[in-house]
Amino acid sequence: MITKGIIKTGEYYDSVSLMLVSKEVTKMDGVIDVAIVMGNDQNKSILETSHLLLDEFKDAIDSDLLIAVKCETEEKVNEALKKIDEILKERKNRSLAAGEYHPKSLDGALEFMSNANMVIISVAGKYAGNEAMKALKKGLHVMLFSDNVTIEKEKELKEYAREKGLLVMGPDCGTAIINGAPLGFANVVNRGDIGIVAASGTGLQEVSSIISNNGSGISQGIGTGGRDVKSAIGGIMMIEGIKALNNDPETKVITLVSKPPSDDVLEKVLSFLNENVAKPTVGIFLGGNTEKFKNSKIISAETLEEAALISCALSQGRSVNEFKESVKKRDEELDEKAKKEIDKLSDKQKYIRGLFTGGTLCDEAMLISRKIIGEVYGNSPINPQYKLKDSWKSQKNSYIDLGEDEFTVGRPHPMIDYSLRNKKIVEEAKDPEVAVLLLDVVLGYGSTMIPHEELAPVIREAKEIAKKDSRYLSIIITITGTDKDPQKLKEVEETLTSAGAIVFKSNAYASLFASKIIEKSNKVV
Amino acid sequence: MNKINELFKSELQVINIGLESFKESLKNENIRVIQVDWRPPAVTDDRALDALNKLLGR
Repeated sequence: MITKGIIKTGEYYDSVSLMLVSKEVTKMDGVIDVAIVMGNDQNKSILETSHLLLDEFKDAIDSDLLIAVKCETEEKVNEALKKIDEILKERKNRSLAAGEYHPKSLDGALEFMSNANMVIISVAGKYAGNEAMKALKKGLHVMLFSDNVTIEKEKELKEYAREKGLLVMGPDCGTAIINGAPLGFANVVNRGDIGIVAASGTGLQEVSSIISNNGSGISQGIGTGGRDVKSAIGGIMMIEGIKALNNDPETKVITLVSKPPSDDVLEKVLSFLNENVAKPTVGIFLGGNTEKFKNSKIISAETLEEAALISCALSQGRSVNEFKESVKKRDEELDEKAKKEIDKLSDKQKYIRGLFTGGTLCDEAMLISRKIIGEVYGNSPINPQYKLKDSWKSQKNSYIDLGEDEFTVGRPHPMIDYSLRNKKIVEEAKDPEVAVLLLDVVLGYGSTMIPHEELAPVIREAKEIAKKDSRYLSIIITITGTDKDPQKLKEVEETLTSAGAIVFKSNAYASLFASKIIEKSNKVV
Repeated sequence: MNKINELFKSELQVINIGLESFKESLKNENIRVIQVDWRPPAVTDDRALDALNKLLGR
């Protein structure tokens, strides 16, 4: 076995691009392991764990590109290095060929695009805060995708932005929809009169997609980053976002999406709404106590889907009660559907295994399931007592968020690269006690362009494993997305259905269905 | 008018610093976007970087 390393000084590529190059080269015949990373401390420690931190890499700095290749023979090493060189060159040439000008700095970009109004920042956290402040000082709105920005810096940025009347979406803001444009990990949705402020990226994706799929649309989707609604930040951007939507003539309904804010922030938001906002406001604070909204003007929803559908009802001038009746009827139909699945399961199959790429979708699924089947285990469970000792090993009813840091260090996000989850799907299928696999597929920009091609063969494989063992395995998938997304919802839905999965276009509904199967099959036993 | 509401009425024009895939997505949706050829500063010590930023008034 041969391992070889190369340092390219001053050659910079973003982390996602490099991970995708690594993935492609790892597939080559005779290649055992590949790492292509920038030489920062975090990446060096990842290399150390995978035994690829070569001596020559130890003094590398952030602006050095490190390439390590482990192969069966020297010949294969050279082939892999040549391939890496070709792909990287091809990436550079693609931009050049398209005649694109890439200035070296924000100032350079502004010379070229003097009317720019938004800066998206996704560089490493330790640099991102300073880049954001530079943008704000130029009078530009900011979407700060990067995480690992200190809370002090976040506060400084948001206080400055508030003073200047600017947006700071983030840090750790994955999704926004501004003037119809999907920013970051976002779906292509109808434009309309529902304005969203969200402290959860995947939550915004789910709510905006369901709204769009149900005949309404989005005026603006403002992301705040998850920490905005904590005491330390005080909901600065949540409130500035509500203010802007309230003043926006295109927005008729305001929808708030978040995990439960700190009590003081919630109080601030509610009193702002009560005193200043006349527009109907819908709120989903996943896992929060809905009693708190009883005397407020927020129409409180319990699921992301419910928030989306109530918003649609308000936007379309329909009554909220009418909508609630139709949901009730739908739930009865779900019981019938669940019964059909239960009939195919054996007595020994008792458990559900949820494998999620979206953190908020995992949280929502756990909240729905625990009401029906009791507490569920997980790597980030609702009840801390149910934390899995080893996140790689499920037990009983388990819901895993594969987007947590423990799975993403040195790997592309699971919405971009399905390989880790695919491996877990096959593992779970081998467990004779598993009755249901619950999976999410998030479409839109940022995510893989071929989710169906990646997932369908694995669904078939999992079903086959169960069949060989004389079992039936129920595979339930929720898709977040629209037909306007580049992956096309309908096409993905059809491919996954024909592979044997039962597909829903709502995480809440899919989770309810999966839980009903487990609840009823256990009663039968 | 608040600058956020001004933004809602303007054509979105984006400067992208970081992941190139975000630029590609916006181009695909016919949004005006320019990619900055960003690279980490050659100073690796965080305190030195902060000091440098202060000196440069950033």
